[in-house]
Amino acid sequence: MKKTGAQIVVECLKKEGVETLFNYPGGAVLPLFDELQNAPFRQVLVRHEQAAVHAADGYARATGKVGVAVVTSGPGATNTVTGIATAFMDSVPIIILTGQVPTLLIGNDAFQEVDIIGITRPCTKHNYLVKEVSDLGRILKEAFYLARSGRPGSILVDLPKDIMVNSAEFKYPEKVFIRGYQPTYEGHPGQIQRAVELIMKSKKPVLYTGGGIISSNASKELTLLAERLGIPVTMTLMGLGGFPGNHLLSLGMLGMHGTYHANMAVMESDLLIAVGARFDDRVTGKIESFAPQAKIIHIDIDPTSISKSVRVDLPIVGDCKRVLTKILSLLDEEEINSFKEGLNKWRHQIEKWKALYNMDYHQGEKIKPQYVVEKIWELTKGDAIITTEVGQNQMWAAQYYQFIKPRTLLTSGGLGTMGYGFPAAIGAQAAFPNKLVIDISGDGSFQMNSQELATAVQYRLPIKVAILNNGYLGMIRQWQEFFYGKRYASSCLEGISPDFVKLAEAYGAVGLKAIKPEEVIPTLKKAFSIPKPVIIDFVVDPEENVYPMVPAGEPLNQMRLV
Amino acid sequence: MLLHPQTWSFRIMRHVITLLVENEFGVLARIAGLFSGRGFNIESLGVSETLDSTVSTMTIVTRGDDQIIEQVIKQLNKLVSVIKVVDLIDKDFVEREMVLVKVAANAETRAEILRVAEIFRGKVIDVGSKTYTIEVTGDEKKINALLALLKPLGIKELVRTGRVAMIRGSKTSTEPS
Repeated sequence: MKKTGAQIVVECLKKEGVETLFNYPGGAVLPLFDELQNAPFRQVLVRHEQAAVHAADGYARATGKVGVAVVTSGPGATNTVTGIATAFMDSVPIIILTGQVPTLLIGNDAFQEVDIIGITRPCTKHNYLVKEVSDLGRILKEAFYLARSGRPGSILVDLPKDIMVNSAEFKYPEKVFIRGYQPTYEGHPGQIQRAVELIMKSKKPVLYTGGGIISSNASKELTLLAERLGIPVTMTLMGLGGFPGNHLLSLGMLGMHGTYHANMAVMESDLLIAVGARFDDRVTGKIESFAPQAKIIHIDIDPTSISKSVRVDLPIVGDCKRVLTKILSLLDEEEINSFKEGLNKWRHQIEKWKALYNMDYHQGEKIKPQYVVEKIWELTKGDAIITTEVGQNQMWAAQYYQFIKPRTLLTSGGLGTMGYGFPAAIGAQAAFPNKLVIDISGDGSFQMNSQELATAVQYRLPIKVAILNNGYLGMIRQWQEFFYGKRYASSCLEGISPDFVKLAEAYGAVGLKAIKPEEVIPTLKKAFSIPKPVIIDFVVDPEENVYPMVPAGEPLNQMRLV
Repeated sequence: MLLHPQTWSFRIMRHVITLLVENEFGVLARIAGLFSGRGFNIESLGVSETLDSTVSTMTIVTRGDDQIIEQVIKQLNKLVSVIKVVDLIDKDFVEREMVLVKVAANAETRAEILRVAEIFRGKVIDVGSKTYTIEVTGDEKKINALLALLKPLGIKELVRTGRVAMIRGSKTSTEPS
């Protein structure tokens, strides 16, 4: 049966189980949007293409499904680049459909034409330019397959206008086979056996877990493994929620702003079991000094992450869930208990480190930003979906909110994109209309995508935004205080931020403000009870710093504590 | 090819890598972009079609220590358009490249130039009033030796192709396994 390109796109999206799209129209995509008008998907019209991509990203992280955004050519496409790179760095499955000028005009500097394929090659897992309508079905099938399989990532499909209008016979391919793409899911049995032997011989093991646990839905296996063997677990920013943050064996986050005891445990361990994490520089500190006494087992689905920066003793390429399941099955019942007993000394040492320094702050007359995050945690009991912006707000959210379930923290870890949190919250709320979704934000970050207030109001998405308003670009100011002699170059917003309450009301949302510590809890409770988008302006102590901090390039155990 | 990290050497070695890639638009840009984006160097690069018109072969010569080369191979394998990657460093292989050299020629030097060309089994493919253009095919050592000899005579222009390589014996290096 002959269908137009636009109809084929709609059919393919249906076949892939897509339910929600995040869109912004334009000339080049008018034929596609005309078909989408009658399509059964929920379509969220944003106010900036960057927000469309971040929303698709937030949707994908919250649900585990592929997020989809549809934008136009030229500036519409270039506006998506930041969002695409954000998703790429954090291995989030999203598909971006961009309009393009008709095939005959490509390369001619046509109106709203841009080589988006060329621009996004380095920041997509793969991208496609559709040149024949007959290829469209296969390309979209491949796009979804690539986005969600192996190490997930962002895929861009460029759709020229004439392809959307031309017709071809359409039959959705049953199977997809890409000869250059064969991810390894099952770990090598010999390596897994050796891993079990190494684990059973260790005296001071640490499980170092990251975003891969969440992508692979391996929380249960990880928790089971940690509990059966009594091995303490630390999480990267991307791994928070993969292991319950309030569990006895949880060390909290490690790295540049990780907890004292997590960093010390890693530096003193004799076996580091890395699962779904990639030894990023924010985690390792000075590489040459990282985990000096530890043998390293590295379980990851991406071979390029293994031994990229830190030498690894036992690499296992495979899917976290499957490898952990295999490891669990190889554990000897008789050995487990004595092994767990044997770790008492190690766990005791970790308790001592924890007692030496636990993250703290001192509430005074002004609201402390950490207090706000802590109260959000206490009031929601870890049941909300939290998105964050980037900087101090992000780090305090990671430190003071205990993530106990996967897919409850949506944050831009790898790229560190300010302006991510609010549109991501839109994506998450669109996926879960009945859940409490809170964006922990800063006065700088919020202004990067504040126009999305219109989107939240239009689609009745009752997102709560907690702005930790300190009048500064906080993390920059902190670095300038520590390393640049307090020369606050371009980091002071000089109080020239909008009156956030009035801004919210201007869009038809609700605006609340809190200035004194005793106002925090009642304001939060009020915000959570209002079934509309709410912006809360928390006026916080302007020169509060994030501790601990490992200065860039220093070993992990050289933490600044005050 | 995953080297055990304990056996990594930090010596910088020259590696000849052959690839099988999808013959589709933009593949060359992808590979080149990968190298430049990650700071790997490309000493030489050659691309051409194979017996299968949907598959192209590339030969890349790069330099690095074991850790870098391991990353290069893995990153190439990761690309969806790349079907197979073979590092020829551990294998017995032949490699060739071709050079066209325009050399200054006068009454005294003409004979010398022709003699050099003969020694290297090259051909004179063009004669000008003041120049000879010589074509020579060979491996890197041979080409470099030729150029070293011609340099004092005055090289006016020089063009080299990329290097191509192939495993010796009956096995084919680029058959998709």
